[in-house]
Amino acid sequence: MAEPRVIIVGAGPAGVRAAEVLVASGVRPVVIDEGRRDGGQIYRRQPEGFTRGYDSLYGTEADRALSLHETFDGLKDKIDYRPDTLVWNISQGRVWTNANGRVDDLEYDALLLCTGATDRVMPVKGWQYAGVFSLGASQVALKSQAVSIGRRVVFMGSGPLLYLVASQYVKAGANVVAVLDTAPFFARIKALPKLLAEPGVLWNGIMLTRMLQKSGVRLMTGVKPREILGDPETGVSSLQFEAGGKIHEIACDAVAMGHHLRPETQLADLARCAFRFDSVTRQWLPVVDADGRSSVDGVYLAGDGARILGARSAEASGQLAAMTLLSDMGVAASDRWALRQAVANYARFATGLAEAFPWPHEQIADLADDVVLCRCEGVTVGEMRRVDASEANRAKAFNRVGMGRCQGRYCGLAGAEVLAAARDLPIEAIGRLRGQAPVKPISVGVAEDEA
Amino acid sequence: MNGRFTRLAETDRPTVNIIVDGQPVQAMVGDTLMVAMLSSGASLRSAEFGPEKRAGFCLMGACQDCWVWTADGGRLRACSTPVENGQQISTSQPEVTWPNHG
Repeated sequence: MAEPRVIIVGAGPAGVRAAEVLVASGVRPVVIDEGRRDGGQIYRRQPEGFTRGYDSLYGTEADRALSLHETFDGLKDKIDYRPDTLVWNISQGRVWTNANGRVDDLEYDALLLCTGATDRVMPVKGWQYAGVFSLGASQVALKSQAVSIGRRVVFMGSGPLLYLVASQYVKAGANVVAVLDTAPFFARIKALPKLLAEPGVLWNGIMLTRMLQKSGVRLMTGVKPREILGDPETGVSSLQFEAGGKIHEIACDAVAMGHHLRPETQLADLARCAFRFDSVTRQWLPVVDADGRSSVDGVYLAGDGARILGARSAEASGQLAAMTLLSDMGVAASDRWALRQAVANYARFATGLAEAFPWPHEQIADLADDVVLCRCEGVTVGEMRRVDASEANRAKAFNRVGMGRCQGRYCGLAGAEVLAAARDLPIEAIGRLRGQAPVKPISVGVAEDEA
Repeated sequence: MNGRFTRLAETDRPTVNIIVDGQPVQAMVGDTLMVAMLSSGASLRSAEFGPEKRAGFCLMGACQDCWVWTADGGRLRACSTPVENGQQISTSQPEVTWPNHG
């Protein structure tokens, strides 16, 4: 048969390892990536000309980052690599791309989506002020540009990334004034049996926390955020929160906030993949089998874009999905048992993390009516409560939550929690915002050329 | 307030100059527009639906909070656009002229 046309979307850990497997079997995949350089977010490469070493950029994961980057450098002339390119639609067996206004559409026999993740954020009063960033953003600023997001930085939210990024800031010489975790400390103890599924990763996490304590950073658990105070012109000036029955206020000029991650599933949605509700993370995820197949023939999913299992799992699930794809197409068969086991183990660990650092949905249900829910268009929590709808897409048609610049990435999950609590419905009854093309804003001229 | 962002390393790079709202701003080769602008200022643009200034949010091309404009009205995502010497940037959207309305 003719060589199969395989497209990989994303050049993070999942996409790179998948490409490596395909190339080893003589397939030349198209690898489309929105980034200027490979690595994705977690193994993001600094610009050419920057000189910091791998240890300072990636810490305990330096060897993995180096191996991934070197692997990709070795693949470049064996793949059709398209960096700086957005896939903005998938329809009728084609992906539609836009690279700086140059539009293209490509047919595929098999499509592997390694679309990664973005921060899951909980709205807080005042989070629209300049100086509030997502946790992932604060890490990108340091890793890729060698800057701190402020002179007095507070990290607030929950999850392993909170402690990881705070420790990276301390090591780089930034002034971290506090790390505020909404999760109660005992949740970690309860989750310990599942966290022991990955003892090495667990140990790294414990060491990070100890390093922060030793550096004198204020660490607090069981926190309930109250308000980010500031000025419309100059931005953030302090943060108010409750902990231990008291109200605290910390002066700061930057807040990095996040509660784990959420998969970027818009392309899986446009490819018509089925979704299921995941009660542990309270998110809708694309259905994926133990080998990386979606519900649609010829469409495969790997990495954090399918479900949040972390970078190490992304490498394994990328390899696994690529092997499955080759086997399904009759190109090459291989034993996938060990990779399947590895991914299953990461899944057990991830469940432990979700239980240790839970998404505080009850805090979101409690937010005051005047808190901004949609940062793009200034829609408030109260407007969501008053909307004449009980389903996410219908609510969006009325109040535009999910229709602004970010297309629901940073308001969709919290909006659903507000609506569920206001209607006294289970969160899954609210549904999920459907992915729409273009998945990110493109200029009108580009869309018209294609119409 | 001076710059919102503070540089922690990689400060030996050659400098470039850009113009933001008519004012010269010094940046470094390899900076994104966002880092260039927030190393000397507090914000990137004004919100359309509120009184506050905005300085971006996600830094990974997902939230679109960091749009700025070129002199000829082109829209740039400041977090993912590298600076170029002599670049002219506007923090507000230039007047739009619709093709069929002159």
